[in-house]
Amino acid sequence: MKAKKIVVVGNGMVGHYYVEQLAKQNAGHDITVIGAEPRPAYDRVHLSEVFSGKNPEDLALTTREHYKDIGVHAHFGDAVARIDRKAKEVITDLGRRFAYDKLVLATGSYPFVPPVPGSDQAGCLTYRTIDDLGAIRAHARDGKVGVVIGGGLLGLECANALKSLGLETHVVEFAPGLMGVQLDNGGSVMLRQMIEELDVQVHTSKATQKIVPGNERRLRMEFADGSALETDMIVFSAGIRPYDQLAKAADITVGERGGIVIDYHCRTSDSDIFAIGECALFGGRIYGLVAPGYRMADAALSQLTDTPVPFQGADMSTKLKLLGIDVGSIGDSHGKSLHNGQPPAAFLYSNDRERVYKKIVVSADGKKLLGAVLVGDCSDYDTLLQFFLNDMELPANPEGIILPADNGATPLLAGMSLPATATICSCLNVTKGAIVAAIDGGCCSVADVKATTKASTGCGGCAALLKSTVNEELAARGAEINNYVCEHFAYSRQEMFHLIKVGSLKSFDEVLHKHGNGRGCDVCKPAVASILASLFNDYVLKKEHASLQDTNDTFLANMQKDGTYSIVPRIAGGEITAEKLIVIGEVAKKYKLYTKITGGQRIDLFGARINQLPEIWSELVAAGFETGHAYGKALRTVKSCVGSTWCRYGVQDSVSMAILIENRYKGVRSPHKLKSAVSGCTRECAEAQSKDFGVIATENGWNLYVCGNGGMKPRHADLFATDLDDATLIQYIDRFLMFYIRTADRLQRTSVWMNNLEGGLDYLREVIIEDKLGIAAELEAQMALLLDTYQCEWKTTIEDPEKLQRFRQFVNSTEEDAHVVFVQERGQPRPAKDNERAALA
Amino acid sequence: MGTALHKQFNHEPIAVFSKANLLENSGVCALINGVQVAVFYLPTETPPLYAIDNYDPIGGANVLSRGIVGDINGELVVASPLYKQHFSLHSGRCLEDDSVQVSVYQARLEGDAVIVMLQKAQSQKQNIVQDIA
Ligand code: SRM
Ligand SMILES: Cc1cc2nc3c(=O)[nH]c(=O)nc-3n(C[C@H](O)[C@H](O)[C@H](O)COP(=O)(O)OP(=O)(O)OC[C@H]3O[C@@H](n4cnc5c(N)ncnc54)[C@H](O)[C@@H]3O)c2cc1C
Ligand code: SF4
Ligand code: FES
Repeated sequence: MKAKKIVVVGNGMVGHYYVEQLAKQNAGHDITVIGAEPRPAYDRVHLSEVFSGKNPEDLALTTREHYKDIGVHAHFGDAVARIDRKAKEVITDLGRRFAYDKLVLATGSYPFVPPVPGSDQAGCLTYRTIDDLGAIRAHARDGKVGVVIGGGLLGLECANALKSLGLETHVVEFAPGLMGVQLDNGGSVMLRQMIEELDVQVHTSKATQKIVPGNERRLRMEFADGSALETDMIVFSAGIRPYDQLAKAADITVGERGGIVIDYHCRTSDSDIFAIGECALFGGRIYGLVAPGYRMADAALSQLTDTPVPFQGADMSTKLKLLGIDVGSIGDSHGKSLHNGQPPAAFLYSNDRERVYKKIVVSADGKKLLGAVLVGDCSDYDTLLQFFLNDMELPANPEGIILPADNGATPLLAGMSLPATATICSCLNVTKGAIVAAIDGGCCSVADVKATTKASTGCGGCAALLKSTVNEELAARGAEINNYVCEHFAYSRQEMFHLIKVGSLKSFDEVLHKHGNGRGCDVCKPAVASILASLFNDYVLKKEHASLQDTNDTFLANMQKDGTYSIVPRIAGGEITAEKLIVIGEVAKKYKLYTKITGGQRIDLFGARINQLPEIWSELVAAGFETGHAYGKALRTVKSCVGSTWCRYGVQDSVSMAILIENRYKGVRSPHKLKSAVSGCTRECAEAQSKDFGVIATENGWNLYVCGNGGMKPRHADLFATDLDDATLIQYIDRFLMFYIRTADRLQRTSVWMNNLEGGLDYLREVIIEDKLGIAAELEAQMALLLDTYQCEWKTTIEDPEKLQRFRQFVNSTEEDAHVVFVQERGQPRPAKDNERAALA
Repeated sequence: MGTALHKQFNHEPIAVFSKANLLENSGVCALINGVQVAVFYLPTETPPLYAIDNYDPIGGANVLSRGIVGDINGELVVASPLYKQHFSLHSGRCLEDDSVQVSVYQARLEGDAVIVMLQKAQSQKQNIVQDIA
């Protein structure tokens, strides 16, 4: 086919997919894409993750540079204002003109704001773009209450966002139930109960009549039934409307209730113009999900090749986690349509105590699955979906599928028994066959398969099925799937932790002898040392442990680039007396150390030679200082803000709490370093939300945040529990830390651990707060042991002449390392650079 | 602390100090005629003593004696504490970068004395044969 000028209007998820695939065809087409939003396409499906720590940039699906690289002309921040079909041109708001041979409309849709009087005032928002996020966040910052209008899928997702911003959250729905499109009545009722238990207030059968300024809060919603609700912000999520104005103005056929009408080939009424994604109307229906949009794009793309494929509608099954609750809907979930002329049969399992609701709709002969509703437990979703999509025959007693395992459940097939044509990832249209081919082609991990096939890079809903399919295929080929610590131990860190604990092994040699091979290395030795410390808390320089440690741990100081060390005394909570400041100053002066205030609210002294360390520490210990563990994979600092003691806004004494926390956990060894902070009010001057565990004062107590960090890949901490009293706060932190210490991988910060934790934040809450695994008492006891056995390692070291032997530059001389040379800068010493060293020599 | 003793032996500068100065499964540093030599004591290996440069040519500092020892695919190594490259205790070869090499010296135990010679061990084999303790 001849090369053409192709113009794509809209750079959303579907428009981007189209452009990317078209460029891949390498057919020499001249491709232009015009997007109204100021940035290239991003992952709208995962928009909410920005509220749980992702950066907007992390959502990017492409970049301007990438488009340039693949030869696509891309223009952002300028919308197409009209189509001139005669001249075959589009004209933008800024008056730019682009000629086309084929035009593709991928303009998506916009949130519908019902024409309620007052819905146009400040505080009335929508939720669809990255720009919307900023507005929501800004309003949440100085508000307390948030309302979402609309109890559908997007509305509930938005409610989750408001909740994670710390707002008292309400959902107002016009219909009598939540998620009416996807769920049957029973499922909807169960979902409502579960959502209410999470402190999200649900108001159904409520028609908002007007929005006026409020008395207590910014806005007041008045309902048809005479009731009212005051709030600081309202997010409209009452459905979407296709952006079809462009088409309409150009006399292209649109549906009665909106949407650009397309045929099997995604052609509009003008055969040179295509429409794909959420702006398109196919068979009287708008497909409000991304996967069908991609299939439309495929169909439209194939029109430019010699092998056109039609778009024949798409499956609208969905699996979601709404406010942490699993919800799934497959096919005809309401059981309304006939199958071979017969009404279907339904099976229902509903368990109020465990909050699980499952329904399957099957054909009258019980052989085919027609639909399903799952609330509270989606573990069967993947399998059910495969039965549905592949038209596979159900087992003899289909009801067994949804019964709990110990109640005569029929074991279901996993990935293995699926046909090669089974779709594993519907977003990216990846079949089991493609996955098998990728493995045959050399992929040997889920990550490889993901990279090669792109499976599971969309909504992520297929992750579990992809993993089981890949692992089963690999296992069938005899491959081993490993996350071993290193070549000396065929175990993960978590497995090693258990082996050491269960076997009560007390030294590296014992562990190596029993479970490893070879001699060990710089990876497994410190890992085992850290596990031993977490379990038994021996003095780290005890003879059998000393050779396991990194130099920083061996010398209880951080090695600098020139081989000298730094010294960081603990300054709990950043609070320090004038006397102690003077001691630090005098020590620094005496030993000619460079001093600097660290980013962790304490003071670092640099440039100590190895032989000076014990002497310096003797002086510091005598003045009441303890080691700050700046060298260890252990608790570093607990930053504080000045809090209610001085600050006019403080609502709790954050300094006392920070000092309490720092002194409590100092010395506890962990898979990676741990940082914390305590802020005295929501202004958050201590930056607690960037810490492994952070505490923010509220009027009623403390909010606990977990799994944040700064560093290379910053992650905002998740709000874990609210309004805790002191004792509960400490109890949760004890459990949280010990659970992390037990289960994390080597050198895995809490943020990464959380990202990999199956079940995520909710699971963590279940373990820590609800004690689902029944290990809370054990975790607390383990922590208590560590706290009881704390010792300042520097104090122990300077009291033991044998240990001090290590702190020598040479075994046979008292000379100093001649390679360590300092020069002065701004009145302090610093290591000489190579050129300066030469000049000094 | 061992006796600080430098003497000329076979016209080769050497260091002699007491075995009590060694750290099991770990390193110490000896100064011989201005050269810093890292000496590792691995009591369960044959031979039990290894000596290489203390200077880490990649990190540009005298630190190798403070690294963790172990094996990579059976080869005895020390990991530099600065940037974690592995240096073979037998050959001085850097496992991560073929173009980098540190010197290997002769070291042996004689009763309670440790003797380190600045004379370079030509090869791994020779180093082993030299250990006549
Ligand atoms: C001294 C200090 C910089 C300063 O002059 O302010 C510092 C210095 C070092 N940091 Fe840091 N970090 C310092 C605050 C931070 C902070 C800010 C904070 O804690 O509020 C961060 C980001 C917050 C975080 O960790 O979440 C930070 C993120 C890192 C990272 C990246 C961690 C990550 O997960 O991405 C590393 C590398 C690592 O740990 O693997 C690192 C590693 C280091 C090392 C240990 C690098 C090394 O191996 O030599 C530096 C040695 C310090 C020394 O010799 O004493 N440092 N480092 C700060 C000491 C704070 C303290 O009092 O203990
Ligand atoms: C919060 C949220 C959660 C979601 N969750 C899921 C989910 O879990 N699963 C799922 O399948 N789907 C989900 N969706 C729906 C999914 O995001 C959409 O189906 C998908 O984005 C549709 O892609 P599109 O390209 O058709 O439209 P869009 O992504 O909306 O892109 C259209 C683009 O065209 C631009 N545009 C419009 N008019 C013009 C013009 N005249 N000129 C230039 N540019 C123009 C728009 O600004 C926009 O950038 C979710 C949506 C939201 C908002
Ligand atoms: S940011 Fe880098 S250079 Fe600065 S202290 Fe931290 S690790 Fe060192
Ligand atoms: S199904 Fe959405 S990513 Fe695979």
